[in-house]
Amino acid sequence: MPQVIAGDGTKIWMLRDRRSQFLRWGAWLVGTLLFLWCWQRISSATEWFFVLGAPEVAADIGSRAMPPRWSYMEKLWGPLWDTLNIATLGTVFALIMAVPVAFLAARNTTPSTLFIRPLALLIIVSTRSINSLIWALLLVAIIGPGIFAGMVAIAIRSVGFCAKLLYEAIEEIDTRQVEAITATGASRWQIMAYGIVPQIMPAFAGIAVFRWDINIRESTVLGLVGAGGIGLQLKGSLDTLAWPQVTLIIIVIFGTVILSEWVSARVRGAVI
Amino acid sequence: MSATPAHDLLSAKVGQPWKKPPLIRRAWLRWILLIGGLVYFVLAMASMEVNWMRVWEGLDRGRQFVLAFTDPDFTSRATDIREGLIESAIMTVTSTVVGIALSIPVALGAARNIAPLPIYLFCRGIVALSRALNEIIVAILLVAIFGFGPMAGFLTLSFATIGFMAKLLAEDIEDLDRSQAEAVRATGARWSQWINYGVQPQVMPRLIGLSMYRLDINFRESAVLGLVGAGGIGATLNTAFDRYEFDTAAAILIIIIAVVMALEYLSGIIRARVQ
Repeated sequence: MPQVIAGDGTKIWMLRDRRSQFLRWGAWLVGTLLFLWCWQRISSATEWFFVLGAPEVAADIGSRAMPPRWSYMEKLWGPLWDTLNIATLGTVFALIMAVPVAFLAARNTTPSTLFIRPLALLIIVSTRSINSLIWALLLVAIIGPGIFAGMVAIAIRSVGFCAKLLYEAIEEIDTRQVEAITATGASRWQIMAYGIVPQIMPAFAGIAVFRWDINIRESTVLGLVGAGGIGLQLKGSLDTLAWPQVTLIIIVIFGTVILSEWVSARVRGAVI
Repeated sequence: MSATPAHDLLSAKVGQPWKKPPLIRRAWLRWILLIGGLVYFVLAMASMEVNWMRVWEGLDRGRQFVLAFTDPDFTSRATDIREGLIESAIMTVTSTVVGIALSIPVALGAARNIAPLPIYLFCRGIVALSRALNEIIVAILLVAIFGFGPMAGFLTLSFATIGFMAKLLAEDIEDLDRSQAEAVRATGARWSQWINYGVQPQVMPRLIGLSMYRLDINFRESAVLGLVGAGGIGATLNTAFDRYEFDTAAAILIIIIAVVMALEYLSGIIRARVQ
Protein backbone atom coordinates (compact mmCIF):
# COMPACT_ATOMS: atom_id res chain seq x y z
CA MET A 1 0.00 0.00 0.00
CA PRO A 2 1.38 3.46 -0.82
CA GLN A 3 2.07 5.16 2.49
CA VAL A 4 3.24 8.60 3.54
CA ILE A 5 5.33 8.70 6.69
CA ALA A 6 6.96 11.58 8.54
CA GLY A 7 10.74 11.65 8.85
CA ASP A 8 12.74 14.73 10.01
CA GLY A 9 9.69 16.88 9.53
CA THR A 10 9.49 16.03 5.82
CA LYS A 11 7.10 13.57 4.36
CA ILE A 12 8.52 10.75 2.31
CA TRP A 13 6.55 8.44 0.10
CA MET A 14 7.23 4.77 0.67
CA LEU A 15 5.74 1.72 -0.91
CA ARG A 16 5.26 -0.08 2.41
CA ASP A 17 5.29 0.95 6.03
CA ARG A 18 8.02 -0.21 8.39
CA ARG A 19 6.08 -3.11 9.81
CA SER A 20 5.20 -4.79 6.55
CA GLN A 21 8.71 -4.14 5.29
CA PHE A 22 10.18 -6.01 8.26
CA LEU A 23 7.70 -8.80 7.75
CA ARG A 24 8.73 -9.11 4.11
CA TRP A 25 12.39 -9.17 4.95
CA GLY A 26 11.73 -11.78 7.60
CA ALA A 27 9.81 -13.97 5.18
CA TRP A 28 12.57 -13.71 2.58
CA LEU A 29 15.20 -14.52 5.23
CA VAL A 30 13.31 -17.59 6.43
CA GLY A 31 12.73 -18.71 2.87
CA THR A 32 16.36 -18.32 1.91
CA LEU A 33 17.55 -20.13 5.03
CA LEU A 34 15.12 -22.96 4.34
CA PHE A 35 16.37 -23.23 0.78
CA LEU A 36 20.03 -23.21 1.86
CA TRP A 37 19.36 -25.86 4.50
CA CYS A 38 17.59 -28.05 1.94
CA TRP A 39 20.40 -27.55 -0.51
CA GLN A 40 22.93 -28.51 2.11
CA ARG A 41 21.00 -31.74 2.80
CA ILE A 42 20.99 -32.64 -0.90
CA SER A 43 24.63 -31.74 -1.20
CA SER A 44 25.61 -33.99 1.70
CA ALA A 45 23.59 -36.86 0.24
CA THR A 46 25.39 -36.50 -3.08
CA GLU A 47 28.63 -38.10 -4.15
CA TRP A 48 30.27 -35.00 -5.59
CA PHE A 49 32.90 -37.20 -7.16
CA PHE A 50 30.21 -38.58 -9.48
CA VAL A 51 28.73 -35.16 -10.16
CA LEU A 52 32.10 -33.73 -11.14
CA GLY A 53 32.62 -36.62 -13.51
CA ALA A 54 29.12 -36.21 -14.94
CA PRO A 55 30.10 -34.40 -18.17
CA GLU A 56 32.44 -37.24 -19.10
CA VAL A 57 29.85 -39.88 -18.22
CA ALA A 58 27.22 -38.00 -20.22
CA ALA A 59 29.56 -37.70 -23.18
CA ASP A 60 30.40 -41.39 -22.90
CA ILE A 61 26.75 -42.45 -22.79
CA GLY A 62 25.98 -40.05 -25.60
CA SER A 63 28.72 -41.48 -27.81
CA ARG A 64 27.50 -45.01 -27.14
CA ALA A 65 23.86 -44.07 -27.68
CA MET A 66 24.49 -42.65 -31.13
CA PRO A 67 23.41 -43.56 -33.74
CA PRO A 68 20.04 -45.00 -32.73
CA ARG A 69 19.54 -48.62 -33.71
CA TRP A 70 16.81 -48.14 -36.31
CA SER A 71 16.47 -51.86 -37.03
CA TYR A 72 15.07 -52.32 -33.52
CA MET A 73 11.97 -50.46 -34.66
CA GLU A 74 10.29 -53.64 -35.93
CA LYS A 75 10.19 -54.92 -32.35
CA LEU A 76 8.63 -51.69 -31.12
CA TRP A 77 5.38 -51.67 -33.12
CA GLY A 78 3.76 -54.25 -30.83
CA PRO A 79 4.61 -52.43 -27.58
CA LEU A 80 3.59 -49.13 -29.17
CA TRP A 81 0.16 -50.60 -29.99
CA ASP A 82 -0.07 -51.85 -26.40
CA THR A 83 0.82 -48.40 -25.08
CA LEU A 84 -1.89 -46.83 -27.22
CA ASN A 85 -4.40 -49.39 -25.96
CA ILE A 86 -3.46 -48.85 -22.33
CA ALA A 87 -4.01 -45.12 -22.70
CA THR A 88 -7.20 -45.30 -24.76
CA LEU A 89 -8.99 -48.10 -22.94
CA GLY A 90 -7.82 -46.67 -19.62
CA THR A 91 -9.37 -43.33 -20.55
CA VAL A 92 -12.63 -44.99 -21.68
CA PHE A 93 -13.03 -46.95 -18.46
CA ALA A 94 -12.02 -43.92 -16.40
CA LEU A 95 -14.73 -41.84 -18.05
CA ILE A 96 -17.32 -44.55 -17.42
CA MET A 97 -16.42 -44.47 -13.73
CA ALA A 98 -15.95 -40.69 -13.57
CA VAL A 99 -19.45 -39.74 -14.79
CA PRO A 100 -21.40 -41.11 -11.80
CA VAL A 101 -18.75 -39.84 -9.38
CA ALA A 102 -18.97 -36.36 -10.92
CA PHE A 103 -22.77 -36.30 -10.66
CA LEU A 104 -22.55 -37.40 -7.04
CA ALA A 105 -19.92 -34.75 -6.29
CA ALA A 106 -21.55 -31.76 -7.99
CA ARG A 107 -23.44 -29.63 -5.52
CA ASN A 108 -26.50 -29.25 -7.73
CA THR A 109 -26.97 -32.91 -8.66
CA THR A 110 -25.78 -34.84 -5.61
CA PRO A 111 -28.50 -36.77 -3.79
CA SER A 112 -27.05 -35.84 -0.41
CA THR A 113 -24.59 -33.07 0.40
CA LEU A 114 -23.98 -34.46 3.84
CA PHE A 115 -23.06 -38.09 3.17
CA ILE A 116 -22.56 -38.85 -0.52
CA ARG A 117 -20.77 -35.68 -1.65
CA PRO A 118 -17.83 -36.01 0.80
CA LEU A 119 -17.49 -39.65 -0.23
CA ALA A 120 -17.32 -38.71 -3.92
CA LEU A 121 -14.81 -35.96 -3.14
CA LEU A 122 -12.71 -38.46 -1.20
CA ILE A 123 -12.64 -40.76 -4.23
CA ILE A 124 -11.60 -37.84 -6.41
CA VAL A 125 -8.82 -36.65 -4.10
CA SER A 126 -7.35 -40.04 -3.31
CA THR A 127 -7.22 -41.27 -6.90
CA ARG A 128 -5.86 -37.96 -8.13
CA SER A 129 -3.03 -37.50 -5.66
CA ILE A 130 -1.39 -40.86 -6.33
CA ASN A 131 0.71 -41.08 -9.47
CA SER A 132 -0.22 -43.67 -12.10
CA LEU A 133 3.19 -45.29 -11.69
CA ILE A 134 2.40 -46.01 -8.05
CA TRP A 135 -1.01 -47.37 -9.02
CA ALA A 136 0.73 -49.56 -11.59
CA LEU A 137 3.24 -50.77 -9.00
CA LEU A 138 0.38 -51.66 -6.69
CA LEU A 139 -1.68 -53.38 -9.39
CA VAL A 140 1.29 -55.35 -10.66
CA ALA A 141 1.72 -56.64 -7.12
CA ILE A 142 -1.98 -57.50 -6.89
CA ILE A 143 -3.06 -58.77 -10.33
CA GLY A 144 0.27 -59.60 -11.88
CA PRO A 145 2.36 -57.90 -14.56
CA GLY A 146 0.94 -57.10 -17.97
CA ILE A 147 -1.08 -54.67 -20.03
CA PHE A 148 -4.20 -55.22 -17.94
CA ALA A 149 -2.51 -53.87 -14.80
CA GLY A 150 -1.35 -50.82 -16.74
CA MET A 151 -4.81 -50.17 -18.11
CA VAL A 152 -6.44 -50.45 -14.69
CA ALA A 153 -3.75 -48.16 -13.23
CA ILE A 154 -4.39 -45.51 -15.89
CA ALA A 155 -8.15 -45.86 -15.42
CA ILE A 156 -8.01 -45.43 -11.64
CA ARG A 157 -5.60 -42.52 -11.84
CA SER A 158 -7.79 -40.72 -14.37
CA VAL A 159 -11.08 -41.10 -12.48
CA GLY A 160 -10.27 -38.34 -10.02
CA PHE A 161 -8.97 -35.97 -12.67
CA CYS A 162 -11.93 -36.41 -15.03
CA ALA A 163 -14.51 -36.38 -12.25
CA LYS A 164 -13.08 -33.18 -10.78
CA LEU A 165 -13.18 -31.27 -14.06
CA LEU A 166 -16.58 -32.73 -14.91
CA TYR A 167 -18.22 -31.86 -11.60
CA GLU A 168 -16.92 -28.31 -11.90
CA ALA A 169 -18.55 -28.15 -15.34
CA ILE A 170 -21.81 -29.52 -13.90
CA GLU A 171 -21.81 -26.91 -11.14
CA GLU A 172 -21.45 -24.14 -13.72
CA ILE A 173 -24.43 -25.10 -15.90
CA ASP A 174 -27.22 -22.69 -16.77
CA THR A 175 -30.01 -23.40 -14.27
CA ARG A 176 -32.71 -21.82 -16.45
CA GLN A 177 -32.52 -24.69 -18.96
CA VAL A 178 -32.83 -27.20 -16.15
CA GLU A 179 -35.81 -25.30 -14.74
CA ALA A 180 -37.47 -25.20 -18.13
CA ILE A 181 -37.21 -28.98 -18.44
CA THR A 182 -38.43 -29.41 -14.86
CA ALA A 183 -41.43 -27.19 -15.61
CA THR A 184 -42.58 -29.62 -18.32
CA GLY A 185 -43.01 -32.22 -15.61
CA ALA A 186 -39.93 -34.24 -16.54
CA SER A 187 -38.72 -36.98 -14.25
CA ARG A 188 -35.35 -36.86 -12.52
CA TRP A 189 -33.67 -38.87 -15.28
CA GLN A 190 -35.30 -36.84 -18.03
CA ILE A 191 -34.01 -33.63 -16.44
CA MET A 192 -30.56 -35.20 -16.40
CA ALA A 193 -30.75 -36.33 -20.04
CA TYR A 194 -32.32 -33.21 -21.57
CA GLY A 195 -31.37 -30.41 -19.14
CA ILE A 196 -27.91 -31.22 -17.86
CA VAL A 197 -26.16 -33.62 -20.23
CA PRO A 198 -26.38 -31.45 -23.39
CA GLN A 199 -24.83 -28.56 -21.48
CA ILE A 200 -21.80 -30.50 -20.24
CA MET A 201 -21.24 -32.50 -23.44
CA PRO A 202 -18.59 -30.12 -24.93
CA ALA A 203 -16.75 -30.02 -21.59
CA PHE A 204 -16.94 -33.80 -21.41
CA ALA A 205 -15.43 -34.25 -24.88
CA GLY A 206 -12.69 -31.74 -24.08
CA ILE A 207 -11.84 -33.47 -20.80
CA ALA A 208 -11.78 -36.88 -22.47
CA VAL A 209 -9.31 -35.85 -25.14
CA PHE A 210 -7.19 -33.84 -22.72
CA ARG A 211 -6.88 -36.79 -20.36
CA TRP A 212 -6.19 -39.17 -23.25
CA ASP A 213 -3.24 -37.00 -24.21
CA ILE A 214 -1.88 -37.08 -20.64
CA ASN A 215 -2.48 -40.84 -20.46
CA ILE A 216 -0.43 -41.45 -23.60
CA ARG A 217 2.49 -39.74 -21.86
CA GLU A 218 2.01 -41.70 -18.67
CA SER A 219 1.49 -45.07 -20.31
CA THR A 220 4.87 -44.85 -22.04
CA VAL A 221 6.64 -45.32 -18.71
CA LEU A 222 4.30 -47.79 -17.00
CA GLY A 223 6.37 -50.68 -18.37
CA LEU A 224 9.20 -49.71 -16.03
CA VAL A 225 7.29 -51.34 -13.18
CA GLY A 226 6.11 -54.24 -15.37
CA ALA A 227 2.73 -52.92 -16.51
CA GLY A 228 3.23 -53.41 -20.24
CA GLY A 229 3.74 -51.09 -23.17
CA ILE A 230 6.86 -49.54 -24.60
CA GLY A 231 8.28 -48.86 -21.14
CA LEU A 232 8.94 -52.60 -20.84
CA GLN A 233 11.27 -52.38 -23.86
CA LEU A 234 12.88 -49.29 -22.37
CA LYS A 235 13.56 -51.07 -19.11
CA GLY A 236 14.97 -54.10 -20.93
CA SER A 237 17.28 -51.93 -23.01
CA LEU A 238 18.42 -49.94 -19.97
CA ASP A 239 19.11 -53.07 -17.95
CA THR A 240 21.24 -54.53 -20.73
CA LEU A 241 22.94 -51.14 -21.32
CA ALA A 242 21.81 -51.21 -24.96
CA TRP A 243 22.05 -47.43 -25.33
CA PRO A 244 21.34 -47.25 -29.11
CA GLN A 245 17.99 -48.94 -28.43
CA VAL A 246 17.31 -46.53 -25.57
CA THR A 247 17.85 -43.61 -27.94
CA LEU A 248 15.44 -45.08 -30.47
CA ILE A 249 12.79 -45.73 -27.81
CA ILE A 250 13.08 -42.20 -26.46
CA ILE A 251 12.75 -40.82 -30.00
CA VAL A 252 9.65 -42.98 -30.54
CA ILE A 253 8.12 -41.85 -27.23
CA PHE A 254 8.89 -38.23 -28.10
CA GLY A 255 7.19 -38.62 -31.47
CA THR A 256 4.14 -40.34 -29.98
CA VAL A 257 3.71 -37.65 -27.34
CA ILE A 258 3.94 -34.85 -29.89
CA LEU A 259 1.49 -36.64 -32.19
CA SER A 260 -1.01 -37.18 -29.38
CA GLU A 261 -0.72 -33.55 -28.31
CA TRP A 262 -1.42 -32.48 -31.89
CA VAL A 263 -4.45 -34.78 -32.16
CA SER A 264 -5.80 -33.60 -28.82
CA ALA A 265 -5.35 -29.93 -29.74
CA ARG A 266 -7.13 -30.49 -33.08
CA VAL A 267 -10.06 -32.35 -31.51
CA ARG A 268 -10.45 -29.81 -28.71
CA GLY A 269 -10.35 -27.03 -31.29
CA ALA A 270 -13.13 -28.77 -33.25
CA VAL A 271 -15.28 -29.42 -30.17
CA ILE A 272 -15.11 -26.08 -28.41
CA MET B 1 -44.09 -11.09 -48.08
CA SER B 2 -42.77 -14.46 -49.24
CA ALA B 3 -41.73 -17.16 -46.79
CA THR B 4 -38.00 -17.36 -46.10
CA PRO B 5 -36.15 -20.68 -46.34
CA ALA B 6 -35.90 -20.74 -42.55
CA HIS B 7 -39.63 -20.31 -42.32
CA ASP B 8 -40.18 -23.20 -44.74
CA LEU B 9 -37.88 -25.33 -42.65
CA LEU B 10 -39.84 -24.47 -39.55
CA SER B 11 -43.27 -25.10 -41.05
CA ALA B 12 -42.07 -28.47 -42.32
CA LYS B 13 -41.22 -29.39 -38.72
CA VAL B 14 -44.56 -28.34 -37.25
CA GLY B 15 -46.60 -31.33 -36.21
CA GLN B 16 -43.60 -33.65 -36.34
CA PRO B 17 -42.51 -35.25 -33.07
CA TRP B 18 -39.35 -33.61 -31.67
CA LYS B 19 -36.12 -35.51 -32.02
CA LYS B 20 -32.95 -34.88 -30.09
CA PRO B 21 -30.38 -33.31 -32.41
CA PRO B 22 -27.31 -35.53 -32.82
CA LEU B 23 -23.98 -34.51 -31.29
CA ILE B 24 -22.18 -34.74 -34.63
CA ARG B 25 -24.28 -33.25 -37.39
CA ARG B 26 -22.69 -34.89 -40.43
CA ALA B 27 -24.18 -38.38 -40.66
CA TRP B 28 -21.27 -40.04 -42.48
CA LEU B 29 -18.77 -38.72 -39.96
CA ARG B 30 -20.97 -39.93 -37.12
CA TRP B 31 -21.15 -43.44 -38.57
CA ILE B 32 -17.44 -43.58 -39.40
CA LEU B 33 -16.53 -42.52 -35.87
CA LEU B 34 -18.96 -44.98 -34.32
CA ILE B 35 -17.92 -47.98 -36.43
CA GLY B 36 -14.23 -47.08 -36.27
CA GLY B 37 -14.48 -46.77 -32.51
CA LEU B 38 -16.18 -50.14 -32.19
CA VAL B 39 -13.65 -51.86 -34.47
CA TYR B 40 -10.79 -50.32 -32.51
CA PHE B 41 -12.36 -51.34 -29.21
CA VAL B 42 -12.73 -54.96 -30.33
CA LEU B 43 -9.19 -55.09 -31.74
CA ALA B 44 -7.71 -53.52 -28.61
CA MET B 45 -9.60 -55.83 -26.30
CA ALA B 46 -8.56 -58.83 -28.38
CA SER B 47 -4.88 -57.89 -28.23
CA MET B 48 -4.99 -57.59 -24.46
CA GLU B 49 -4.07 -60.88 -22.87
CA VAL B 50 -5.56 -61.11 -19.43
CA ASN B 51 -4.66 -64.04 -17.26
CA TRP B 52 -7.94 -64.21 -15.38
CA MET B 53 -6.64 -66.97 -13.10
CA ARG B 54 -3.85 -64.68 -11.97
CA VAL B 55 -6.29 -61.81 -11.50
CA TRP B 56 -8.58 -64.05 -9.47
CA GLU B 57 -5.71 -65.17 -7.26
CA GLY B 58 -4.61 -61.56 -6.88
CA LEU B 59 -8.01 -60.37 -5.72
CA ASP B 60 -7.27 -61.82 -2.30
CA ARG B 61 -4.11 -59.71 -2.11
CA GLY B 62 -6.14 -56.74 -3.30
CA ARG B 63 -8.53 -57.26 -0.42
CA GLN B 64 -5.59 -57.39 1.98
CA PHE B 65 -4.34 -54.11 0.56
CA VAL B 66 -7.71 -52.41 0.93
CA LEU B 67 -8.01 -53.77 4.46
CA ALA B 68 -4.51 -52.44 5.20
CA PHE B 69 -5.91 -48.94 4.84
CA THR B 70 -8.09 -49.53 7.87
CA ASP B 71 -5.02 -50.50 9.89
CA PRO B 72 -1.99 -48.68 8.44
CA ASP B 73 1.38 -49.34 10.04
CA PHE B 74 3.18 -46.08 10.66
CA THR B 75 5.54 -47.37 13.33
CA SER B 76 7.56 -50.40 12.25
CA ARG B 77 9.34 -48.52 9.46
CA ALA B 78 8.99 -45.07 10.98
CA THR B 79 12.63 -44.07 10.41
CA ASP B 80 12.54 -45.08 6.73
CA ILE B 81 9.28 -43.23 6.19
CA ARG B 82 10.57 -40.12 7.96
CA GLU B 83 13.84 -40.09 6.03
CA GLY B 84 12.02 -40.61 2.73
CA LEU B 85 9.51 -37.87 3.46
CA ILE B 86 12.20 -35.37 4.44
CA GLU B 87 14.15 -36.19 1.31
CA SER B 88 11.02 -35.75 -0.83
CA ALA B 89 10.23 -32.44 0.86
CA ILE B 90 13.80 -31.22 0.35
CA MET B 91 13.77 -32.17 -3.31
CA THR B 92 10.41 -30.46 -3.73
CA VAL B 93 11.53 -27.18 -2.15
CA THR B 94 14.90 -26.89 -3.88
CA SER B 95 13.66 -27.95 -7.31
CA THR B 96 10.67 -25.61 -7.15
CA VAL B 97 12.87 -22.63 -6.18
CA VAL B 98 15.58 -23.36 -8.74
CA GLY B 99 13.08 -24.32 -11.43
CA ILE B 100 11.09 -21.12 -11.01
CA ALA B 101 14.24 -18.98 -10.94
CA LEU B 102 15.38 -20.55 -14.21
CA SER B 103 11.92 -20.51 -15.79
CA ILE B 104 11.52 -16.72 -15.51
CA PRO B 105 14.20 -15.86 -18.09
CA VAL B 106 12.96 -18.70 -20.31
CA ALA B 107 9.40 -17.38 -20.00
CA LEU B 108 10.53 -13.87 -20.96
CA GLY B 109 12.33 -15.36 -23.95
CA ALA B 110 9.31 -17.46 -24.93
CA ALA B 111 6.92 -14.48 -24.98
CA ARG B 112 6.61 -13.20 -28.54
CA ASN B 113 5.87 -9.60 -27.49
CA ILE B 114 9.15 -9.30 -25.57
CA ALA B 115 11.73 -11.48 -27.26
CA PRO B 116 13.09 -11.27 -30.81
CA LEU B 117 12.42 -14.26 -33.05
CA PRO B 118 15.69 -16.25 -32.62
CA ILE B 119 15.51 -16.08 -28.81
CA TYR B 120 11.80 -16.88 -28.97
CA LEU B 121 12.41 -20.03 -31.00
CA PHE B 122 15.26 -21.13 -28.76
CA CYS B 123 13.22 -20.70 -25.57
CA ARG B 124 10.15 -22.37 -27.09
CA GLY B 125 12.45 -25.27 -27.98
CA ILE B 126 13.52 -25.59 -24.34
CA VAL B 127 9.88 -25.53 -23.26
CA ALA B 128 8.85 -28.17 -25.82
CA LEU B 129 11.73 -30.46 -24.90
CA SER B 130 11.09 -30.20 -21.18
CA ARG B 131 7.37 -30.82 -21.58
CA ALA B 132 7.56 -33.73 -23.99
CA LEU B 133 10.05 -35.79 -21.98
CA ASN B 134 8.40 -37.66 -19.16
CA GLU B 135 9.90 -36.98 -15.72
CA ILE B 136 10.63 -40.64 -15.18
CA ILE B 137 12.65 -40.95 -18.37
CA VAL B 138 14.64 -37.82 -17.52
CA ALA B 139 15.20 -39.23 -14.03
CA ILE B 140 16.51 -42.51 -15.45
CA LEU B 141 19.02 -40.69 -17.65
CA LEU B 142 20.11 -38.37 -14.85
CA VAL B 143 20.51 -41.25 -12.42
CA ALA B 144 22.75 -42.92 -15.00
CA ILE B 145 24.79 -39.73 -15.27
CA PHE B 146 24.84 -38.36 -11.69
CA GLY B 147 24.48 -41.57 -9.72
CA PHE B 148 21.75 -42.56 -7.25
CA GLY B 149 20.37 -40.08 -4.76
CA PRO B 150 18.36 -36.88 -4.43
CA MET B 151 20.67 -34.91 -6.76
CA ALA B 152 19.22 -36.65 -9.83
CA GLY B 153 15.69 -36.14 -8.51
CA PHE B 154 16.34 -32.47 -7.84
CA LEU B 155 17.67 -31.93 -11.37
CA THR B 156 14.76 -33.84 -12.92
CA LEU B 157 12.12 -31.83 -11.10
CA SER B 158 13.89 -28.54 -11.83
CA PHE B 159 13.99 -29.41 -15.53
CA ALA B 160 10.30 -30.33 -15.56
CA THR B 161 9.43 -27.15 -13.63
CA ILE B 162 11.12 -24.99 -16.26
CA GLY B 163 8.94 -26.29 -19.09
CA PHE B 164 5.69 -26.09 -17.11
CA MET B 165 6.23 -22.64 -15.58
CA ALA B 166 7.82 -21.05 -18.63
CA LYS B 167 4.97 -22.11 -20.92
CA LEU B 168 2.16 -20.86 -18.70
CA LEU B 169 4.01 -17.71 -17.67
CA ALA B 170 4.91 -16.88 -21.27
CA GLU B 171 1.24 -17.17 -22.23
CA ASP B 172 0.39 -14.75 -19.41
CA ILE B 173 3.09 -12.31 -20.52
CA GLU B 174 1.76 -12.42 -24.07
CA ASP B 175 -1.71 -11.49 -22.75
CA LEU B 176 -0.53 -8.52 -20.73
CA ASP B 177 -2.04 -5.05 -20.94
CA ARG B 178 0.10 -3.19 -23.48
CA SER B 179 -0.86 0.28 -22.30
CA GLN B 180 0.72 -0.17 -18.87
CA ALA B 181 3.94 -1.50 -20.33
CA GLU B 182 4.04 1.33 -22.87
CA ALA B 183 3.43 3.96 -20.20
CA VAL B 184 6.48 2.74 -18.30
CA ARG B 185 8.54 2.72 -21.47
CA ALA B 186 7.41 6.29 -22.28
CA THR B 187 9.04 7.54 -19.09
CA GLY B 188 12.39 6.58 -20.59
CA ALA B 189 12.85 3.40 -18.60
CA ARG B 190 15.66 1.01 -19.37
CA TRP B 191 14.81 -2.53 -20.53
CA SER B 192 15.28 -3.97 -17.04
CA GLN B 193 13.13 -1.21 -15.54
CA TRP B 194 10.50 -1.81 -18.17
CA ILE B 195 10.36 -5.51 -17.28
CA ASN B 196 10.41 -4.76 -13.56
CA TYR B 197 7.73 -2.05 -13.49
CA GLY B 198 5.73 -2.62 -16.66
CA VAL B 199 5.56 -6.40 -16.98
CA GLN B 200 6.36 -7.96 -13.62
CA PRO B 201 3.47 -6.44 -11.58
CA GLN B 202 0.98 -7.68 -14.16
CA VAL B 203 2.10 -11.31 -14.12
CA MET B 204 2.99 -11.55 -10.43
CA PRO B 205 -0.36 -12.95 -9.18
CA ARG B 206 -0.26 -15.65 -11.81
CA LEU B 207 3.38 -16.40 -11.04
CA ILE B 208 2.59 -16.92 -7.36
CA GLY B 209 -0.42 -19.07 -8.13
CA LEU B 210 1.52 -21.22 -10.59
CA SER B 211 4.42 -21.57 -8.15
CA MET B 212 2.13 -22.95 -5.49
CA TYR B 213 0.56 -25.30 -8.00
CA ARG B 214 3.98 -26.48 -9.15
CA LEU B 215 5.09 -27.06 -5.53
CA ASP B 216 2.13 -29.40 -5.24
CA ILE B 217 2.99 -31.22 -8.50
CA ASN B 218 6.66 -31.51 -7.58
CA PHE B 219 5.80 -33.19 -4.30
CA ARG B 220 3.58 -35.69 -6.09
CA GLU B 221 6.27 -36.38 -8.66
CA SER B 222 8.99 -36.68 -6.04
CA ALA B 223 7.00 -39.57 -4.63
CA VAL B 224 7.59 -41.64 -7.78
CA LEU B 225 11.14 -40.64 -8.64
CA GLY B 226 12.37 -43.00 -5.94
CA LEU B 227 11.17 -45.92 -8.07
CA VAL B 228 14.06 -45.31 -10.47
CA GLY B 229 16.59 -44.50 -7.76
CA ALA B 230 16.31 -40.73 -7.69
CA GLY B 231 15.64 -40.42 -3.96
CA GLY B 232 12.56 -39.59 -1.93
CA ILE B 233 9.63 -41.46 -0.42
CA GLY B 234 9.13 -43.51 -3.61
CA ALA B 235 12.06 -45.76 -2.74
CA THR B 236 10.50 -46.56 0.64
CA LEU B 237 7.17 -47.23 -1.01
CA ASN B 238 8.76 -49.48 -3.61
CA THR B 239 10.49 -51.51 -0.90
CA ALA B 240 7.21 -51.84 0.98
CA PHE B 241 5.45 -53.20 -2.12
CA ASP B 242 8.31 -55.55 -2.91
CA ARG B 243 8.05 -57.04 0.56
CA TYR B 244 4.22 -57.18 0.32
CA GLU B 245 4.12 -55.00 3.45
CA PHE B 246 0.77 -53.53 2.51
CA ASP B 247 0.19 -51.92 5.90
CA THR B 248 3.37 -49.86 5.59
CA ALA B 249 2.54 -49.04 1.95
CA ALA B 250 -0.93 -47.93 3.05
CA ALA B 251 0.63 -45.69 5.69
CA ILE B 252 2.91 -44.06 3.11
CA LEU B 253 0.04 -43.56 0.65
CA ILE B 254 -2.10 -42.00 3.38
CA ILE B 255 0.74 -39.60 4.20
CA ILE B 256 1.16 -38.68 0.52
CA ILE B 257 -2.58 -38.05 0.11
CA ALA B 258 -2.64 -35.96 3.30
CA VAL B 259 0.33 -33.84 2.22
CA VAL B 260 -1.10 -33.31 -1.26
CA MET B 261 -4.46 -32.32 0.21
CA ALA B 262 -2.80 -29.91 2.64
CA LEU B 263 -0.72 -28.35 -0.15
CA GLU B 264 -3.78 -28.03 -2.37
CA TYR B 265 -5.72 -26.33 0.42
CA LEU B 266 -2.81 -23.99 1.14
CA SER B 267 -2.33 -23.10 -2.51
CA GLY B 268 -6.06 -22.45 -2.79
CA ILE B 269 -5.89 -19.94 0.07
CA ILE B 270 -2.78 -18.24 -1.30
CA ARG B 271 -4.17 -18.05 -4.83
CA ALA B 272 -7.43 -16.59 -3.55
CA ARG B 273 -5.45 -13.92 -1.66
CA VAL B 274 -3.17 -12.79 -4.48
CA GLN B 275 -5.74 -12.78 -7.28
